[in-house]
Amino acid sequence: MTFVFDLLLALSLLWSAWRTLATPRLDRAIVLFIIFGLLMSLAWARLAAPDIGLAEAAIGAGLTGALLLDAYGVLLRRRGTA
Amino acid sequence: MKRYSLVVLVLSLASAFVFFLGRAMLELGPTAIDLRAPVAAHLAESGVTHPVTAVLLNYRGYDTLLEIAVLLLALLAILAVVGEAPASPTRAAHPVLQALGRLAVPLMVVVAVYLLWAGAFRPGGAFQAGAVLAAAAVLLHLVGLLPGWSKPRLGLRFGLAAGFALFLAVAAGLLTQGSLLQYPPAAAGVLILLIESGLTVSLALILAGLFLLLSREAEA
Repeated sequence: MTFVFDLLLALSLLWSAWRTLATPRLDRAIVLFIIFGLLMSLAWARLAAPDIGLAEAAIGAGLTGALLLDAYGVLLRRRGTA
Repeated sequence: MKRYSLVVLVLSLASAFVFFLGRAMLELGPTAIDLRAPVAAHLAESGVTHPVTAVLLNYRGYDTLLEIAVLLLALLAILAVVGEAPASPTRAAHPVLQALGRLAVPLMVVVAVYLLWAGAFRPGGAFQAGAVLAAAAVLLHLVGLLPGWSKPRLGLRFGLAAGFALFLAVAAGLLTQGSLLQYPPAAAGVLILLIESGLTVSLALILAGLFLLLSREAEA
């Protein structure tokens, strides 16, 4: 059962990483990046490193995701006024 | 035709790389240095019972000292680049989002204090606690309850530097022990908790600053 879970986790990590890079729309790429970060923190937890998992979830997915979304908002507004 | 041969070339190079990488990984010998045994053997003297915290703040304390220095430097670089712009006016979000923010932030503060305290004996610690606090500040900013920072005032400057300064002060005070950041075993637990508390405050302000100092330009 855990093997199936690990396999699914690895596959969805690869899938979300690929979609993050390949998706043409910036907003979707950012959301996929956040999903990738959350899956990554799950993977760290499965690798028996919950410390790194916590840091990845808080900094990698949370704060970086918020910064990227904020930057995307600024880009949209600049494009709107220009 | 040219495109086809290019695809074949890239594919063959990539598969050759995968093949040699796999072979190299399979041929890895046993690790030359196994640090798990010495870490476990000296855990009693480190002042904490969680091996990760023991490594981060006792055995390799200077790594953590340099880490907080690097983060402080990153924030100073951002301050130098963006200069002193007036803070953007906050836009109040939907009342439901504001109410959710008001409910979530106290819980996040409790979680941060728990993570800081738990770092001594289970996964947790200053970095995670600081990140949760910073996320709470960002949440408050996003729902319009916390204005962006225009320029760091005196209190904020002290807060940003407090973790690094406290860490340096402890390191300087302990120089008589013989080597850098060698805690006396009896006081190690208290010293680590003191350093981690300072680190939590500074990390939270630095990480929140990355967001709140940059987001003021959003309306410019």
